Amino acid sequence: MTDAPAKLLKTPLHGRHVAMGARMVPFGGWDMPVQYSGITEEHLAVRTAAGLFDVSHMGEIEVAGGDALAAVQRISSNDASRLEIGQAHYSALTTEEGTFVDDLLVYRLTNDHFMLVVNASSIAKDFAHIRAGIQEVGDAFAVNTSSRYALIAVQGPRALDIVQPLTEVDLAGIGYYHFETGEVASQRSTISRTGYTGEDGFELFVPPSGADRLWQTLLTAGAEAGLKPAGLGARDTLRLEAAMRLSGQDIDETTTVLEAGLGWIVGWDKPDFIGREALIAQKARGVTRKLVGFEMVERGIARHGYPVFVGADPVGVVSSGTRTPFLGKAIGLAYLPVGACAPGTKCAIEIRGRQVTARVVSLPFYKRG
Amino acid sequence: MYPTDRHYTTDHEWISMSGTMARIGITDYAQDQLGDVVFVELPEVGQLFESGTQFGSIESVKAVSDLFCPMAGRVVEVNGALSDRPETVNEGPHDAWMIVIELKDPSQTDGLLDAAAYTELVS
Repeated sequence: MTDAPAKLLKTPLHGRHVAMGARMVPFGGWDMPVQYSGITEEHLAVRTAAGLFDVSHMGEIEVAGGDALAAVQRISSNDASRLEIGQAHYSALTTEEGTFVDDLLVYRLTNDHFMLVVNASSIAKDFAHIRAGIQEVGDAFAVNTSSRYALIAVQGPRALDIVQPLTEVDLAGIGYYHFETGEVASQRSTISRTGYTGEDGFELFVPPSGADRLWQTLLTAGAEAGLKPAGLGARDTLRLEAAMRLSGQDIDETTTVLEAGLGWIVGWDKPDFIGREALIAQKARGVTRKLVGFEMVERGIARHGYPVFVGADPVGVVSSGTRTPFLGKAIGLAYLPVGACAPGTKCAIEIRGRQVTARVVSLPFYKRG
Repeated sequence: MYPTDRHYTTDHEWISMSGTMARIGITDYAQDQLGDVVFVELPEVGQLFESGTQFGSIESVKAVSDLFCPMAGRVVEVNGALSDRPETVNEGPHDAWMIVIELKDPSQTDGLLDAAAYTELVS
């Protein structure tokens, strides 16, 4: 942040955000809206009605070819052979050590064509990692198609009601973590029932040229239901309440998939993938630290990087922390030694030189009803 | 917009002086930049602060900012109501005072801005 930023990238909706008065901030090399009306209001809109997010900065990398499945199986921790066409799952790009290059969603478009949706700030790194990883896999190639898509997310309990009148696709028929292609507001779109908020909702992949019109149509169509444009600030507090990990903050090249509590995204039965041996060994041995949720008992808000103490000893570090607008309390994620991971365990978080009591709680903090 | 009955700092605080006492808060510009305020950490009555030293902190959903004491003095009053209702800083920043200090030297107003100069600074 202290370095003078290189020219920031802009999504196809950038002009719209500026025109609508959003507050813009640099994020992962992009000039993005951090808030419209305010993080609290936007957060609550998503929990009670719906929010509209521009997440076009996310990257898309497509893997295709006769051996595309084998290629995805090599670089992605989860077992992509279990995906039907039209289904997606959460996964990790892993190092040989079983740590994270990034996390991602894997979409199976056809039998031998996959789309990997990765984080904005690591598109180039991920693409290089994927290309290197699939080199020896035979008939498979990877293409960075990020610039071909704008990505608009409608998230919240009213999302389906808002989007349904704009499409002939039966949205209720799309299962969670499934997708279909169709038109939304006359715009060719991949309609994915996914999101990063802990609510029901849809993510719409559309050509960049159609993004602005779709955004406007959605805002108008959703106004009565309480749809509000929302920024990255609310996206962050929403995902944290739902205990969804943030790449580069909660998970990175120093933390393994198991330590992050994501053993369920490892295809243990797969014969091979990058990091498999390390993860199998760690699983057999047992992890020594784990990512856990905590809430503050005393007043104070823990933030990324704050040390965690049990007794007099510094034992871990906060990876994410905030005061959540919906639950109305200060919560966070931290890596703690396994002995201190049981819900109810008391710890102290050092906030600006002062130790403030917190306790371990089970995840997620928020689960939709 | 900015009341003319007080001084302002380039750190976006306001100081309302009455004799040797100074009431301190943050400006409308500061609260707008912070976003939704969720926590205000204030000192104890009796604490001494030099000019420019940190007397507390204010947190929005997204970030933490330090509060700096614009003039040297001793804390004589703390707005405890802010701990239960920190959002009042957003609702009425020019009423939501944080501390009152007894000034070491009330004539020491160098570097403080009047409303017109502050308005120019933030516009």
